[in-house]
Amino acid sequence: MLINAFNDALTLIVSADPDLIEILLLSVQVSFSALAIAGILAMPLGTILAISHFRGRKLLITFLNAMMGLPPVVVGLFVYLMLSRSGPLGILELLYTPTAMIIAQVILIIPIIASLTYQVIEELNREYKDLFLSLKISPQQAVFAYLWDARYSLFTTLLAGFGRAISEVGAVMIVGGNINHLTRIMTTAIALETSKGELSLALSLGIVLLTIALLVNAIVISIKTFAGEKGYV
Amino acid sequence: MSNTPLIEVTNLSLKLSNADVLSSITIASTDPGVTMVMGPNGAGKSLFLRCLHGLTIPTGGSIKIFGNSILGTSTDQAMVFQKPVLLRRSVIDNLKFAGSTNTQRNAIDDALSLARLQDKQHFPAKLLSGGEQQRLALSRALLREPKLLVLDEPTASLDPASVQIIEQVIQDFTERGGKVIFVSHDIGQAKRLGSEIIFLHMGRVLEHSVASAFFNNPVTDEARAYLNGHIII
Repeated sequence: MLINAFNDALTLIVSADPDLIEILLLSVQVSFSALAIAGILAMPLGTILAISHFRGRKLLITFLNAMMGLPPVVVGLFVYLMLSRSGPLGILELLYTPTAMIIAQVILIIPIIASLTYQVIEELNREYKDLFLSLKISPQQAVFAYLWDARYSLFTTLLAGFGRAISEVGAVMIVGGNINHLTRIMTTAIALETSKGELSLALSLGIVLLTIALLVNAIVISIKTFAGEKGYV
Repeated sequence: MSNTPLIEVTNLSLKLSNADVLSSITIASTDPGVTMVMGPNGAGKSLFLRCLHGLTIPTGGSIKIFGNSILGTSTDQAMVFQKPVLLRRSVIDNLKFAGSTNTQRNAIDDALSLARLQDKQHFPAKLLSGGEQQRLALSRALLREPKLLVLDEPTASLDPASVQIIEQVIQDFTERGGKVIFVSHDIGQAKRLGSEIIFLHMGRVLEHSVASAFFNNPVTDEARAYLNGHIII
């Protein structure tokens, strides 16, 4: 049974099964959108936390670190309550849409990207701070220099966020509803197909998801190796 | 020699974690050459330099450099640290970063030539040898044409060739009218370069005299012990 399911799964992948492709494309679209939004919000946040001093900064850093382990179902529940018809944002009618899934993923990965960005920039700030003061570099120039010189590390940070987003299931299941041809993505489809005993599609999606995860890790390692050899990390 | 002090430090004090690391330092230096700051480890030499450069705000007292009060870093000064701080970029990009918007390409070329790194201008700065890194840091510091060069053990643990190049650069700088404050443990180097000596011990200035007087007739027991290579308690 397992071998047959595996063979069927490979056939689905090789034949570029339309359902599989649709699910894959939606997954990638949702996670990339979430990554773009979270990156725009979280990277400046992490940078500000790393190079500035204000009241409550340490509390915010602790909070973000704690939020890295945020349970996805709790995020799903929170977004569900916000977007449900009786919730404060119910008027937008976003529940059970890809947008709701993007929102949930954004909330999940902002703490990861912000915390990792903070760590990267804080380390660089310790190294560069005296030089920048000595050269009288403006704060804007300094921020640009930090982001540029940390670009390889920050890119791996984004990949970590993407890895978390694309492999997430609990939150998107709650707010997306796993509706066929509308909000069904790889992880929710795997959960559904497995519960139905339809292992071939679940396995094919699992293989694709695993390949994406491996690819992301391979890119991270390649970037780190390249940057290390060049003395850029 | 003008009688107006180039460096005027009045009653300077610095406390760190409730400990007096610099106490009642008062100096007026009219010497236009290289002022060597000497003293055993923990004497407060680096902190004294950081205060002079405006990187560390003293707890009390005042500092005037060329008649101007030091309230922060100034483009009239440049500092080179014991461990060179280099951006995670190429050699030439490190120089371009330090140059102002008006810095011409030939000034960058001159800096490359000064550091003797013309052949390595596109090489990652972090992958240079220790001597090359320090030469680059010194050339970069000079790119903004400071009047005062503050050097914190820039030749510590460098090979003799790099030390010779750096000493030549410093001598050229003083011949062009620049003032240098230089921390070093190397007595031979202090004799070669120094025109006056400030001897610090436990955060206090024990001696401030022309170099020949200091080396031939040190006044304090501590300075005598230091010059004879004894541990000072």
